[in-house]
Amino acid sequence: MTSVAMPAFSVRGRDRSESLRPLALAAPLLLLLVFSFGAPIVALLSRAVYEPTIANALPRTAEALRADGGAGVPAEPVFVALAADLKQAQAAGAVFELAKNLNTRLPGARSQVLRAARLASQNQAASKEAMIKAAPLLGEQQSWAAIRSGVHPFTSFFLLNAFDLKWTNDGTIGAVPSGQAVFLRVFGRTFLVATIVTLATLALGFPLAYLITRLRPAMAALVLVLVLLPFWTSILVRTAAWTVLLQKYGLLNDLLLWLGLTSDRLELMYSRTGLIIAMTHIQLPFTLLPIYSVMRSVPPSLMRAAQSLGARPFTAFWRVYLPQVIPGVLAGCLLTFILCLGYYITPVLIGGASDQLISNFIANYVNAELNWEMAAALSFVLLASTLGLYVAMTRYLGLDLFKMG
Amino acid sequence: MTRVCRTAFIALATTAIISPLGSANAEELTVMATGGAWQAALRQAWFEPFAKKANVKLNEQEYTGELGKIKAMVETGNVPIDLVTVETSTVLQGCDAGVLIRLDYSKIAERSKFLPGTALDCGVGIDVYGDVLAYDTTVLKEAPTSVLDIFDTKRFPGKRAMRKAPAQNLEWALMADGVPAADVYKVLASPEGVDRAFKKLDSIKKDIVWWEAGAQPPQLLASKEVVMTTAWNGRIQNAIDQDKRPFALVWNNQIVEYDMIAIPKGAKNLDLAYKYLAYAAEPEVSAQLGRFIPYGPVRADATPFVPKEVLPKLPTAPDHMKAYLVSDVEFWGDQGEDLVKRFNAWLAQ
Repeated sequence: MTSVAMPAFSVRGRDRSESLRPLALAAPLLLLLVFSFGAPIVALLSRAVYEPTIANALPRTAEALRADGGAGVPAEPVFVALAADLKQAQAAGAVFELAKNLNTRLPGARSQVLRAARLASQNQAASKEAMIKAAPLLGEQQSWAAIRSGVHPFTSFFLLNAFDLKWTNDGTIGAVPSGQAVFLRVFGRTFLVATIVTLATLALGFPLAYLITRLRPAMAALVLVLVLLPFWTSILVRTAAWTVLLQKYGLLNDLLLWLGLTSDRLELMYSRTGLIIAMTHIQLPFTLLPIYSVMRSVPPSLMRAAQSLGARPFTAFWRVYLPQVIPGVLAGCLLTFILCLGYYITPVLIGGASDQLISNFIANYVNAELNWEMAAALSFVLLASTLGLYVAMTRYLGLDLFKMG
Repeated sequence: MTRVCRTAFIALATTAIISPLGSANAEELTVMATGGAWQAALRQAWFEPFAKKANVKLNEQEYTGELGKIKAMVETGNVPIDLVTVETSTVLQGCDAGVLIRLDYSKIAERSKFLPGTALDCGVGIDVYGDVLAYDTTVLKEAPTSVLDIFDTKRFPGKRAMRKAPAQNLEWALMADGVPAADVYKVLASPEGVDRAFKKLDSIKKDIVWWEAGAQPPQLLASKEVVMTTAWNGRIQNAIDQDKRPFALVWNNQIVEYDMIAIPKGAKNLDLAYKYLAYAAEPEVSAQLGRFIPYGPVRADATPFVPKEVLPKLPTAPDHMKAYLVSDVEFWGDQGEDLVKRFNAWLAQ
């Protein structure tokens, strides 16, 4: 009986263990990815929609606002509840963080909230009149719209703000004032710069890749090394090197003047032109290498065959050669485009004030403003648009980066 | 860069050597500052003498002056630094965000001995510096007489550099537009005042190169990228004194600011950090920084200890205080985030 049962069991067992073995081998890597890569990203991005500081600090006010039910400046009980909340926040030392978070939604609220809390903790501001006297902003409808949305820990404030939108007083979504609208323009600029750099690397990389496939192996290796040499240098070093070349009294301007090509020194530093030159140089290998790897696999005999069958050189290139290398072109361009979307250090060092890309704004919110919620919202929009682009490319153009090579 | 690399390497190397031995034998104090000529001066004036006097090992780190790095340390509960230098506006922000601790002045010095606005809840002042105008005397034929001349593109054509931040630039814009120094923050508190300041900045926007690090202004002048730049006085003075650059400073309408030092929440060597603060606040000690970089002490009773030859180079020298503005910390705490956003939107246009 065992002799019959055993083989069946062992076959099934081997099946399962064979399918599990690769997974078990990859498990450490998967765990590492989940815990060191996935989890922090999710935790940080969740800040874009979850911001509980105000809700935690103002529980009584939230309760009173629910009971009040109105839309404008609420009645007396809400102010009494707010005074009690502020008193407790002051005692617990939480009032500063509350003031800072309210200030993000309600510019100028910081000092007024601190003053109101100070008075409340001395029991001098327990009525609506006294509270409004301490913090005049509390007498305005827009302030209460901000507080009403703030007492919900889940918020759409930051994501809307990433699109230059906000909730208006009457509960609809509207544009922020033109003086505050910045992010749509910056996203547009990021995509524009990425597109220009991608096209420039393609224009430079395609002919060069073709040339390398035609060279004798020794020469081809040499040219490839020349292309790759800057690739092995830190991006910071390459960017710094460009500042030496591009500056007003730098080598490039000296050369152009000496050659008589320009009559005046060009403003290449702190300009869009300089930024695109430097980014194109840094990105060139990323576009070139996938194109080159595909070109190498195309037999030269195909072009000769096309021509011997009567195709003119351009037709042979267009109808026979190009369709075979297009996956490489798309892969190279997609790679460069996606990398360009996240550029940070090159715009900082070479770009002017109006050439800063979305990463620079994210960095500013993380490092300088300590507004990680806004940084998370902008990162989310950037990540979503990048993933969307990747999905669109793989689905509609039949390209898969993971199957390249 | 080399300095950062070297510091990082030394820090790594020392931790690698020290940590297995255990830190019981010698007390350690770690200070993080914003680098450059300024941190070198801090080292000579205070860090090294304190380390010798208190018989401790003093480690240094560098950062860009942005609070994000400290917030990340505090949030992850791993705070490897005990003291950090910050700008005045950053102290307020760090205080509100709970990143810096509220100082116990009974362990430092009598609070009333400090200049007004230099002994804050979360940060104690270490020096007085001026936001001034600097230019290359070999480039400009005519010398500017006021910082506000940066707005005069007719008399001084060419690129000019300003710090990439709304603070100081908006104040100068209003003063250049005719607002008296005493009313600047009152006007700037109203939306019309902000519009007015940005309109003035608009008039020179296409000629502005923006700097972010304090080491940039002397570089921009040296590479002749700009004809004039706003700057921190010490950075330019050191370029004149040590690198023999043909630069000059314009003090009229300077904005006076204070550098601060603070303790991050969760600092491991709290007692030693307070010991350092008390040491650096002593009048005679606090005057020492001026010997290495021309920044003044934050206590009036320290002035007699400042070397005579340094006094005329300080922002607080009588010659430099004919027209000046003191940066309003509370105003920037309130309006800072909003104005930075507005400033960025304006830059992007």
